[in-house]
Amino acid sequence: MLELRNVDTYYGNIQALKGISIDVNEGEIVTLIGANGAGKSTTLMTICGVTPPRSGEIYFKGTPIHKMPTDKIVAMGLVQVPEGRRIFPNMSVLENLEMGTFLRRDKSEIQKDIDYAFDLFPILAQRRSQMGGTLSGGEQQMLAISRALMARPQVLLLDEPSLGLAPLIIKQIFEIIKKINQEQKTTVFLVEQNANQALKLADRGYVMENGRITLTDTAENLLDNEQVREAYLGL
Amino acid sequence: MEYFLELSSSGLVRGSIYALIALGYTMVYGIIQLINFAHGEIYMIGAFVALIVSGVLTIYGFSGVSILILAGLIAVIYAAAYGYTLEKIAYRPLRNAPRLSPLISAIGMSLFLQNYVLLAQTPDFLPFPALIPDFDFMEPIAHIMGSAELVILVTSAVSMVALTVLIKYTRIGKAMRATQQDMTMARLVGVNVDNVISTTFIIGSVLAAIGGVLVGSYIGQINFYIGFMAGVKAFTAAVLGGIGNIPGAVLGAMVLGLTEAYAAGYISSAYEDVFAFGVLVLILILRPSGLLGKAVTQKV
Ligand SMILES: Nc1ncnc2c1ncn2[C@@H]1O[C@H](COP(=O)(O)OP(=O)(O)OP(=O)(O)O)[C@@H](O)[C@H]1O
Ligand SMILES: [Mg+2]
Repeated sequence: MLELRNVDTYYGNIQALKGISIDVNEGEIVTLIGANGAGKSTTLMTICGVTPPRSGEIYFKGTPIHKMPTDKIVAMGLVQVPEGRRIFPNMSVLENLEMGTFLRRDKSEIQKDIDYAFDLFPILAQRRSQMGGTLSGGEQQMLAISRALMARPQVLLLDEPSLGLAPLIIKQIFEIIKKINQEQKTTVFLVEQNANQALKLADRGYVMENGRITLTDTAENLLDNEQVREAYLGL
Repeated sequence: MEYFLELSSSGLVRGSIYALIALGYTMVYGIIQLINFAHGEIYMIGAFVALIVSGVLTIYGFSGVSILILAGLIAVIYAAAYGYTLEKIAYRPLRNAPRLSPLISAIGMSLFLQNYVLLAQTPDFLPFPALIPDFDFMEPIAHIMGSAELVILVTSAVSMVALTVLIKYTRIGKAMRATQQDMTMARLVGVNVDNVISTTFIIGSVLAAIGGVLVGSYIGQINFYIGFMAGVKAFTAAVLGGIGNIPGAVLGAMVLGLTEAYAAGYISSAYEDVFAFGVLVLILILRPSGLLGKAVTQKV
């Protein structure tokens, strides 16, 4: 469904991605784990055309997207929940959700999806008129995921949704990701430093170090892998 | 008392014109953090286009209000085209350059447009026809507020209300707000940020051109340099109100216009600029981010 082939991405002269190849199949949850600065966020921004690759190809359902502008990529159904949530601070919860529907034409269906989001995260319904910038970290993460769902993604790209959240909230968020994957048949590509939780949730995983993919396997095997256990699971 | 009202009315008129121009500065700054130094020139070009068009229309036998509306409309379209092109050729190629580069480009464009009009037209002041008619119903208060002043106030107010509605409720308005708050995230929800930036320049230029046409008709003469001084004042107003903040620009413009009018009326017109910039300095000492500007804080 989503294929990266030998992708190189640069920030000026600094090469952040060094020939990475990744496949995400329809219906899967695939995770990308790695240490700080490995290039995980860059991978997602490259897929979305925010930092386009200098060389290599990216295909979405067979269509090359590595030269497309971000809005066209989003229109195809690749929707990202970026690192740090990036809630629009001076828009209310409801307005943030509406921004998620920016490219949709089926206005009549939108209310249904807003209800679905409020169903997943009831706290957002209570906060619907509150400004995004004043929400707590956990609430912002819930809103960020909901905003992405408003676009009816085919592939949901999540960048460290657990970052800075309490264990209980993390558990809740991960359960919801699973639920979205199962109920909405949304393919999920999950970037995480929280390797243990991510691998428990995912079908397959990729390990990234210094801009390279160094390992890939089923999530189960990665959880048992000596190297992974040492480097990322602290075991 | 009457003198005070007269000064207030002239202060509000000045303020309205500053506001029409200041909105362009503040909207562009809010979205791409660029001070568009060439913005005053768009206002000047708007006035020149209106002057030329009204000359032509007079020859064809049009009169009064119909000239004002047609000339205004054409001036606005021209200014929009200039604003759009300005962004496209002078700023867009420098989108990822260091911040100083587009600023220098902006100063260059300002000088270029001034000299272009100077060469294409004339260095002298040209008389601008009084396109705004005298209304009978304004007769009783004409010594406080004339018809032209009323038209300026009403036109500015209507323009600002229209802008507010556009930004608050329309699709492009929401895209503008999203881009202003977080450009990368706006992209990620599917906003075409290039279109938003172009639209912002177009809207700013339209408002400035409306100001240019009104001022030309009100003052009665224009030259290639009027955009520079008006631009400096409007930029001051935008900073006074909090650069990037739309209601702030309007408030700042009114404070500036009234200060100038009172200073000119009660002290001496030679001192109006001293007071105008004095107020700017004072407010920036007390509130460094401007009247309505927010101190820069970021919640992570
Ligand atoms: N805007 C930028 N300009 C220059 N270098 C950058 C930029 N953004 C990221 N980098 C560099 O690219 C590399 C990869 O960064 P990236 O943010 O993709 O890492 P990450 O795996 O997401 O890390 P983290 O887990 O800390 O979020 C890092 O070395 C980083 O310093
Ligand atoms: Mg990251």
